[in-house]
Amino acid sequence: MPLTIRDLPREKYVLPGHAACPGCPETIGLRFVGMALGRRAILVVPAGCTSIIQGLMPGSGLAFPIINVAFASADAVASGVAAAKEVIGEDSVVVVWAGDGATADIGFATLSGAAERNENIIHICVDNEAYMNTGIQRSSQTPIGAWTTTTWRGKTEPKKNMPLIMASHGIPYVATASVAYPMDFIEKLRKAASIRGFRYVHLHAPCPIGWRFDPSETIEIARLAIETGIWVLMEVEGGRVTISPPSKPYVDKSRRKPLVEYLRRQGRFREISDELIRELEREIDEYWNLLLKLSS
Amino acid sequence: MVRLTLTGNHCVAYAAKLARVKVVSAYPITPQTTIVEKISELAETGGADMKVIKVESEHSALAAVYGAATAGLRAFTATSSHGLLYMYEIVWWVAQARIPMVMAIVTRTIGPPWNIWTDHHDIMSLRDSGWLIAMAENNQEVLDETVKLFKITEDPEVFLPGVIGLDAFILSHTVEPVEVPDQELVDSFLPERRQPYVIRAGEALIMGNIPSDLLANFKMREGVHRGLRNAEEVIERVDTEWGKLTGRYYGGLVECYRCEDADYLFVGAGAWVGDMRIAVDKLRNAGLRFGVLKIRYVRPFPYAKVLEAVRGRKGVLVFDRSISAGSAGPIFLDVTSHLYFSKLKVPVKNVVAGLAGFDVSYEDFSRIGEAFAKEVSESGWVDSSLVFYP
Amino acid sequence: MKRADLILPLSKPKIGVQGITGSWRIRKPVINYGKCVGCGICWLYCPDSTIEIENAGSRFRVSIDYTYCKGCGICSSVCPVKAIDMVREV
Repeated sequence: MPLTIRDLPREKYVLPGHAACPGCPETIGLRFVGMALGRRAILVVPAGCTSIIQGLMPGSGLAFPIINVAFASADAVASGVAAAKEVIGEDSVVVVWAGDGATADIGFATLSGAAERNENIIHICVDNEAYMNTGIQRSSQTPIGAWTTTTWRGKTEPKKNMPLIMASHGIPYVATASVAYPMDFIEKLRKAASIRGFRYVHLHAPCPIGWRFDPSETIEIARLAIETGIWVLMEVEGGRVTISPPSKPYVDKSRRKPLVEYLRRQGRFREISDELIRELEREIDEYWNLLLKLSS
Repeated sequence: MVRLTLTGNHCVAYAAKLARVKVVSAYPITPQTTIVEKISELAETGGADMKVIKVESEHSALAAVYGAATAGLRAFTATSSHGLLYMYEIVWWVAQARIPMVMAIVTRTIGPPWNIWTDHHDIMSLRDSGWLIAMAENNQEVLDETVKLFKITEDPEVFLPGVIGLDAFILSHTVEPVEVPDQELVDSFLPERRQPYVIRAGEALIMGNIPSDLLANFKMREGVHRGLRNAEEVIERVDTEWGKLTGRYYGGLVECYRCEDADYLFVGAGAWVGDMRIAVDKLRNAGLRFGVLKIRYVRPFPYAKVLEAVRGRKGVLVFDRSISAGSAGPIFLDVTSHLYFSKLKVPVKNVVAGLAGFDVSYEDFSRIGEAFAKEVSESGWVDSSLVFYP
Repeated sequence: MKRADLILPLSKPKIGVQGITGSWRIRKPVINYGKCVGCGICWLYCPDSTIEIENAGSRFRVSIDYTYCKGCGICSSVCPVKAIDMVREV
């Protein structure tokens, strides 16, 4: 039976009065992590927006056990925590909650190493597609054509495909998620928690500050990413891709909304050229074709 | 107790096993490699109840053992030279988090050019980080001090990480007869692990978010310093206790060799102290009363012990196997700054030697000592505070 | 006791860690209970945990904690029956 709101625990792991910007997708995601994993979760948090969101010591706006760690070290720290908890016999789920920089860029070697060793941890990449905490600088997860404070004419390179890179490690579970689809995300996290080994979940998290849209539109933008097909919800297990229910309708290209509906809502794409829009559309088509090949 | 011929690196591995370390993570680097190999062997085939995480870098090695230690277990790593520099960010993180753990540094030259021989630049880079820094002279001391460091770092008056330094090849790859204590003896010596906090599931404790009170943050940094100062007494206590159990008492923070009636002192740390001892015997045969003050702990710097040893001497020669480029040798800087505070006026000369693994023999120490004694007796002072030898 | 030197970088959860974040608000979400169907979707997506729901039969009774609500307006935008108006703060 599908999850309903009534099924979700209401214990708060994200507390009112935390330090996130209005409309923050990360705190939305963290609430879902709390709903999915509850008191079993131990979070390892590298430098990023969530370092700030917790607010000021000796208080914290997040009610998880958390080890804040150096930028490039999260998956290694988590490897040690998971090893220790196994020896101790403590019932816990060790989660790395890392941004796109700590996942795909500075933390990539550490992530790849932990995945290759199949460490018993869940890595959630909360992807707001740039270094938002330091003021919107480009990352390898910034899409082509997007303005950032280090790409004033728009980024010239496409987004690195992290979910498939992680799937290539042969780890037991890879999934993508979106803050707009909480039941999908929560179910994936609960499934991940039931699997042993390295699990990677890539959470699409539109940022009103960095993407230049009104804070009220976080969920709408995240939903449009699915509806235009630029972000695809899926799981990879045993090398096989399964398109998740929210993305299923968009297997049929004709049902996808025009990409410009997604792009025009975001100031970061204000000056994107028609040529780059076509390039992005081509990338999306190619990605879907690849996913469908991997799912058959 | 069993007497074995062991390399310094194998002494480290046996010490980790005897201390019942639960999690080890390391990345191979010459000349530390045989520590990782031996620990893996002990864990996989030698009955040691250890989990070894074979990470992809030194940065991750220290991060992983930090994670395991924060989660509540005794943890250990080892590295050298460039490996230490690569993990440097995490070095500071562990100390300020006040997480006790132990690391071995097989001291090695830093490149370029690539050079695997010993000098002390790598370990001396830890001086300001908040780690205890012990330096061994021989393989027995490597084993003993590694075991002791677990007890010292886990003492509630300390709660800081610590390193044991051993010179590349001179100790790491040279076999010496070593007494390996029985497991029961170490068990009676080393209590269950203690640490200031444990991060565990179901308990919302948050380590390391942003401080609102910068004075509190200031006091955390000061607390690291105070923890190291407290360690002085703990090191003395633990060494005494170990001495009673094994018959091997090292003198705590420093060890003196023929200091009592010495006119002149050699001061140094590491394996070459053995050569200094031979030089002292030779110089005394030639009528020059030398002694050696061995610095066993570079941090906490044992300045009270140093002052006590230096008081009344005609001259002091401080040997550094590294240099704080643009200033002087680090041990010299510590010795002289504390002499100044104490208003003791003793001629002190800094000899920077053995860099890049360039060998220094007991004959060299004799020659330097002889020239120094002549200089001091003729002029009553020293004309230059720093010389490179050769 | 020397242990007093041990000042640790630790924190405990605290409501309002960043102060009365309701003061950040320039627009205020106001629930129109005449329209509200009690679905709880606003609660689900609120990034600030400032919407409370209580079970009320097959629906939820919804309320907003204005002390900490930052006024982002996500609740208003996700409401399927447009029962939350964003009203300018005065």
